[in-house]
Amino acid sequence: MGLAENDVVIGLEVHCQLTSLRTKLFCGCSSRYRGKEPNSNVCVVCLGHPGSLPKPNRRAIECAVMTGLALKSRVVEQTSFYRKNYFYVDMSKNFQISMYETGSSETICEGGQLEINVGPQRKRIRITRLQLEEDPARLVHIGPIDLSPYTLVDYNRAGMALLEIVTEPDMSSPKEARLFLQKLRSIMEHMGVFDGGLEGAMRCDANISIRGGNRVEIKNISSFKEVEKALYFEISRQRGMHQKGMGVVRETRHWDEIRKVTISLREKEEEHDYRYFPEPDIVPLRISAALVERVAKGMPELPDARAERFAKDYGIPAYDAAVLTGEKPLADFFEASTKIFGDAKTVSNWMMGDLLGVLHDKDFEIKEAKITPETFGGMLQLIKDGKISGKIGKIILPELVVSGKTAEQVVRERDMGRISDRGLLDRVVDEVFEENAAAVEDALTDDNAVNYLIGHVMRKTKGKADPQIVNGTVRERLKRRRGQR
Amino acid sequence: MKGILGLTLYELSMAIRNGDVERGEALEAYQSQIVRHDGLLRAFITVDDRPPAPVRGEIHGAPLAIKDNMCTKGLRTTCASRILESYVPPYDSTVVKRLREAGGVILGKANMDEFAMGSSTENSAFFPSRNPWDPERVPGGSSGGSAVAVAARMAVAAMGSDTGGSVRCPAAFCGTVGLKPTYGLLSRFGLVAFANSLEQIGPLTRDVRDCALVMNLVTGMDEMDGTSLDHPKEDYLSYLEGGVKGLRVGVPSEFLGEGTDEGVKKAVWRSVELLEGLGASWREASLPTLKYALPTYYITAMSEASSNLARYDGIRYGTRCEDDGDDWTTSYSRTRGAGFGPEVKRRIILGTFALSAGYYEGYYLKALKVRTLIRRDFERLFRDFDVLVGPTTPTVAFRLGERVSDPLAMYLTDIDTVTINLANIPAISIPCGFVGGMPVGLQIMAPPLREGRILTVAKRVEEGLRLDLRPPMVR
Repeated sequence: MGLAENDVVIGLEVHCQLTSLRTKLFCGCSSRYRGKEPNSNVCVVCLGHPGSLPKPNRRAIECAVMTGLALKSRVVEQTSFYRKNYFYVDMSKNFQISMYETGSSETICEGGQLEINVGPQRKRIRITRLQLEEDPARLVHIGPIDLSPYTLVDYNRAGMALLEIVTEPDMSSPKEARLFLQKLRSIMEHMGVFDGGLEGAMRCDANISIRGGNRVEIKNISSFKEVEKALYFEISRQRGMHQKGMGVVRETRHWDEIRKVTISLREKEEEHDYRYFPEPDIVPLRISAALVERVAKGMPELPDARAERFAKDYGIPAYDAAVLTGEKPLADFFEASTKIFGDAKTVSNWMMGDLLGVLHDKDFEIKEAKITPETFGGMLQLIKDGKISGKIGKIILPELVVSGKTAEQVVRERDMGRISDRGLLDRVVDEVFEENAAAVEDALTDDNAVNYLIGHVMRKTKGKADPQIVNGTVRERLKRRRGQR
Repeated sequence: MKGILGLTLYELSMAIRNGDVERGEALEAYQSQIVRHDGLLRAFITVDDRPPAPVRGEIHGAPLAIKDNMCTKGLRTTCASRILESYVPPYDSTVVKRLREAGGVILGKANMDEFAMGSSTENSAFFPSRNPWDPERVPGGSSGGSAVAVAARMAVAAMGSDTGGSVRCPAAFCGTVGLKPTYGLLSRFGLVAFANSLEQIGPLTRDVRDCALVMNLVTGMDEMDGTSLDHPKEDYLSYLEGGVKGLRVGVPSEFLGEGTDEGVKKAVWRSVELLEGLGASWREASLPTLKYALPTYYITAMSEASSNLARYDGIRYGTRCEDDGDDWTTSYSRTRGAGFGPEVKRRIILGTFALSAGYYEGYYLKALKVRTLIRRDFERLFRDFDVLVGPTTPTVAFRLGERVSDPLAMYLTDIDTVTINLANIPAISIPCGFVGGMPVGLQIMAPPLREGRILTVAKRVEEGLRLDLRPPMVR
C-alpha cells in the first residue's frame, strides 16, 4: 500500500487560544486555567447562567487583527458575533458565540496566505478566513472516548478566546499540514499572542479526501505532532477502503491519541444545521483604520524576516535559519547563545546537528529543557579551549538538556576531563603498540594504520585523551622505529 | 397600618427618611397585606422572609416586588418554570443591585408567564395570578404578579420586564403605571433572556411620579451589558412639572380599528381631549406597518428564545430529570421535556424552525428587515408628532381560561404593544378609565430616549383624570 501523495487533498481548521490575554473572551475569568482545580476558574458568564451577558475582550480583537495582518488577510471594517446553535456536552449555553460569513456579515479577517518550506521549495497555502470564538469546556474521559463509562466536564477552559484559522484545501501531504501548523505557531509566538508550548493551546480539525473521494473531517487533533500521525492513519484507512472497493463515507471522525486511530463518532451523516443568527447581546464591532494602523505599526519581527536576518547577519545557511526560526523559543535560544559564545556558525551547527536531535529524542520543547544559552555556550567554550573534545561535548549534551548542569560540572562528575598527562599517555601508547604488533608494522608504511592505532588509544581512554598529544606520541614512536631499522 | 399602604413609593420613602414611618413598620404592613390577599391573588412565587440588609438610601425601607426573571443573589429565581424551580442565583441583576443600593427591600419574586411567554400569567408553571379588580379575570402578562402586587398594595412598587408588552399589558389590566424604556436604557444584566433584542426591564408603580423616581434609581450605563446605552443620567422627576402646550399628539388609526373595544376607544379619546384642553393639538396618524408587527414580533421572539433557552439542560444548575437515562442526549431530552411547559415548547419549536437552513431567510432575516421598516415608520411619524397615543390593549382584562386554549387569540392581546419593542422606542401605560369596572390602559409612545416627554404627558393625563385606582378589595 503506497502513500503516493499527489491525490491527497487536505484543509485545516486551526484553533489557537489567545493565551497572552489576561482574561477569557467574554468575561473577566483568568485565561490561566491550566493546572487549576476543575471548575474553579468560572463565573456566571462562562457557565452560561441565566441572565448573564457576554462582554467582548477588546484585546482579543486586536490580536485577531494582528494575526490577520501577518497572514496578509483583509481586515474588515465591521464584523458581528453570531450564535452557532447546537447541543453538546462541552457547551455551557448550547450555542457557541462565533463569527459567520454570509452575504450580510463578514468574519474579522478574510483571505490571506502563509508560505511553508517543503524541502527546498516554498509552497503557498491560502487562508480562507479568521474568526474569533469561545472555547468550549474540556471533557475528560476515562480511557478512550467510546469506552469511557462517563464524561466529566471541566468549565475552567470554557470561554477562552480562540482564533480560528481556516485554510483552503491546499496541502497535499500530512507533512505539509505539520509544516503549516509549525509555521503558524511560530508566527503567533513571534507576535506574542500565543504560547504554543501550553498543552492544547493549538488544536485543529483536518479535512482530508483522496482520489477525489468523500471528504472526512478529523476532530480532536491536539498538536502539530499529532496532525501528521492522524492524517497518515486516515490516508491508509481511506486507501484501504478504496482498494476494497468500498467508498469512503462522508463523516466526522475522532482522533484517538491513545490508540492512534481515528474512530467514527457515529453522528448522523447529514450536514449540521447550526441555525446561525446574529448574537443580539453584542453590538456589531467596528474596526477602525486607526486601530489597524496602530496594530500594523506595533507588529514585531516575524519568522520569515528573522530567518532572512539570521542568514544575512550571522552567515548561517538559509535552511538552518528557517529551522531555527520555526519556533520562537528556538530562535531566541540561538541568538542568546551566539551572544554568549560569539561564533554563530558553531552555535547553529551544534543546535541543528545535536541539540535538536537530543530534544527530539527526549520529546522536549526547548522551553521545557533545562539547558540555557549560558550552559550551552559554556560547553562550546570548553570545546574551543580544548578542555574537552567535541566528542565529549556530544556525550554530555543530553545531560545538560535534562539536568540543567553546566558542562564543567558534568565533566567533573563523570571524570571526563581531557587527559594530557604525557606519562600516562606514553603508557597507554606502549600497551596499544604491544597489543597490535602487526598494525604497528603496517603503520611504518601506511598512514591509515597510523589512524587505526590512534583510534585504539582514544578508545582506551574513553575519548578523553588529548588527540594532539596522542597523535604526536604515536608518530614520534613510529619515526623512532623507522630510524632503528 | 392602612395609612402606610396608602402611601406611594415617593411618599413612603420620604416618610421613612423623615422618621414619620419606621422601616420595620412599612415592611410589616406589606407583609401582612401579602398574608391577607396573596392566598387568592397569587402574586408571589417566593416571598423572602429574611430580615433585609439595613441600607440607607433614597428609598430605604421601601418594600418592592421583583419579577421572577431577574436574578436575586441567594433568592431563588424560577422564571415560573419547573426547569429553574430550584435555581438560586449567585449574583444580583444590575437593576436589583441598584435598587438594593438605594435601600429598596426585595419582598419577594413575582409570578409571571413561564419565561415571560404569555399575556395573562396563566402560563406560570406554578399557578395563575388573579386580577385584584376581579379575581375571575387575568391580571395580564407576562409581568402579572408584579402588577397585582402593586395594585393590591402587596408591594409599593415592582419591576417587570417587557418583551412585547409584558409590563404595559398587566399595568393596563390592573390599573397601574408601567413603562417600557428605550432599548438599552436599563441594563439587562441578570434579566433571564427570552428575546434579548426586544426586551427591557421596566417599573410598575402606583403613579407617574413613582415611575420617574424608580427610573432615577435604575438608569445609567452598565459595563456588564454590551447593549447598554452610554446615555447621561437624567432626573426623570424634573419632567413631571412640564406642560403640554403646543404638544403635537398623533393618534394612529390602526390602534383604534376593528377588534378594539368601544369602551376602550372612548377612554382613550377622553385622554386625547383632555390633552387638547391643556393646549396640545392632535391629529390622526397612520402606521401602515402595524399589520406586520405581530408576525414580525413572534418570529423574532421565538427564534431568539429557541437559542436563549437551549442552556437549560440540567447539567450546571436547575432541575435535572430524575430518570435521565444513560447518555447525554437522553438526559437533555427528558430534562427539557419535563421542565418546560407547553407554551415554552411551542415557541422553542417554532423558533427553531424559523432559524433553520432554508427558512432563516424567509423568516428571521425577513423579520429583521420588516423591523427596520417599522422603525422607519415611527421615525417618519415622529417628525410630525411629539408623542403618539392609543390603547395599551384592545380590551380590558379577560376571564381566566378564556384564551388559554387559543394561542392566536392570546397573541392578539399584544397587538398594540409589540410594535414598540420592534422599534426599540419607549412607551408607558397609564390608567385612563374603566370599562365594566375594569381599568383601561392609555399607551403613550415617544422617540428613543424621550422618557422625560412621556412622563410629562402621562403626569398631565393622570392629574386631569383623577381616577380612584384602588381595587374594591383594598379600599
